Amino acid sequence: MTLLRVESLEARHGLLAAVRGVSLTLDAGETLALVGANGAGKTTLLRTIAGAHAAASGRVLLDGADVTRLPSHRRVGLGIALVPEGRRLFPGLTVEENLRVAGTRARPGRWNLETLLEAFPLLRPLRRQPAGTLSGGQQQVAAIARALMSNPRVLLLDEVSLGLAPRAVEDVYASLAQVLGEGATILLVEQDLGRALNVASRVVCMLEGRTVLEGSSRELTRERVTEAYFGLRRAGAKA
Amino acid sequence: MTWVNVVVQGVLLGGFYALLACGLSIMFGVMRIINLAHGDLAVLGAYLVWLLLAHLAVPPYVALVLVLPVMLAAGFILQVGILDRSLRSGVLTPLLSTFGLSVVIQNLLLIAFSPDVRSLGGSAGDFATASLRLSADLSVPVLGLAILATAVVIIGGLQLYLAGTRGGAAWRAASQDAEVAGLVGIDARTVYATATAVAVAIAAIGGVFLAIRSTFDPLSGPTQLIFAFEAVVIGGLGSVRGTLIGGIALGVAQAVGAQINPQYAVLAGHVVFLAVLVARRSAA
Repeated sequence: MTLLRVESLEARHGLLAAVRGVSLTLDAGETLALVGANGAGKTTLLRTIAGAHAAASGRVLLDGADVTRLPSHRRVGLGIALVPEGRRLFPGLTVEENLRVAGTRARPGRWNLETLLEAFPLLRPLRRQPAGTLSGGQQQVAAIARALMSNPRVLLLDEVSLGLAPRAVEDVYASLAQVLGEGATILLVEQDLGRALNVASRVVCMLEGRTVLEGSSRELTRERVTEAYFGLRRAGAKA
Repeated sequence: MTWVNVVVQGVLLGGFYALLACGLSIMFGVMRIINLAHGDLAVLGAYLVWLLLAHLAVPPYVALVLVLPVMLAAGFILQVGILDRSLRSGVLTPLLSTFGLSVVIQNLLLIAFSPDVRSLGGSAGDFATASLRLSADLSVPVLGLAILATAVVIIGGLQLYLAGTRGGAAWRAASQDAEVAGLVGIDARTVYATATAVAVAIAAIGGVFLAIRSTFDPLSGPTQLIFAFEAVVIGGLGSVRGTLIGGIALGVAQAVGAQINPQYAVLAGHVVFLAVLVARRSAA
């Protein structure tokens, strides 16, 4: 069943078209990795789906309902949550407060403060600590937990490994494995191709605001994605 | 004993400044808006109470209770109608918008009420002039105590709300990163409008106390704004708890200055304000 559908979406930064007519679908329980070079439009696409960036044209549909014109806080209530690039926790709030405020529009579901602290045990001793004092890896795990507080139907993850030490990346992906094990629906932006192919069931490659390659992660080879990544192959076709 | 008396009077005066500054601190703390119309909104609250008293035979405190919902609504509309739009155009635009609002309020008050100086002290009865005699050399005004108590209750209540509730955490979250607040389900616009509504209502309370303890006219707002602004800066920009400390520091400085020479009262407050600015700059 298609849970998230993006139709001919366009988004701009002033005069620059960052996302150009992107269409994609995400089935319930599926993990889709969005890869591409810096400036390909991945982050803008995720932000537009989440409502943090206005769409110039096109549509975003969640379970058939058009959410394109809804503000981000209302999309959270409907089940779209974004873990933004750079974590962006509220630094002056404690870890627990960061989680609690994210429960403002929580849908019914498995995740609440207690279940999240059980699922991400590294957060428990840090719960009274201001989020700004956490390490990068700890912040990333807290940011994922914060997004889960609303019990999203679709979880958007933007560059969760960016700027983290290799050990911290392992910790973050170990935490993510738990979420993936729950059968969550995830749209993931990841620079690390190997990891993207490993975690996701399907991969979409973007170049200059457009999708240039799409296919199952089992069928796509690393070389083929790399070619699309650098614009050496503009297939545009499904693998 | 004289100096004890001076400090006590200064603390009571500081309670008034803290009450006046509280709304200014909320607006800066939550939205980073310096509301140049804050003093005029306080004076507007005093005029609305004065208007009610002209038609109803009630004490000013009862009239204030009736005026508060009006000021809450005015604050909400101010944020949604003017300041939200200004915020989208950068940090300078809200400053200019509130400056314009200040001019508009002053002129509307001049048209409606004339430049005559007024006071609500007479309507407040004995309460405005009563004092508690603690010793032969020390007596404290009941009104001053009431103002200080009101300031402590309001600032304490706000502090408890901000630090101890999910709604308060949402205010702090929206003040730190409005975009991410939206991404976790907080409607930052509603938070901002609520914060401005509360700030304007508290300004009105301060304005009514100003009108009871002293006189007011349509152009009284900017003077009150200066004292409120100094209290906010001394206490730490955007810190509600600090505003109480800042107000008291300003009040004590003015009382001490007045004790040395009555002409030094306001000057002493300005000196403390500038000294805090210099000290903060040196520490940074």
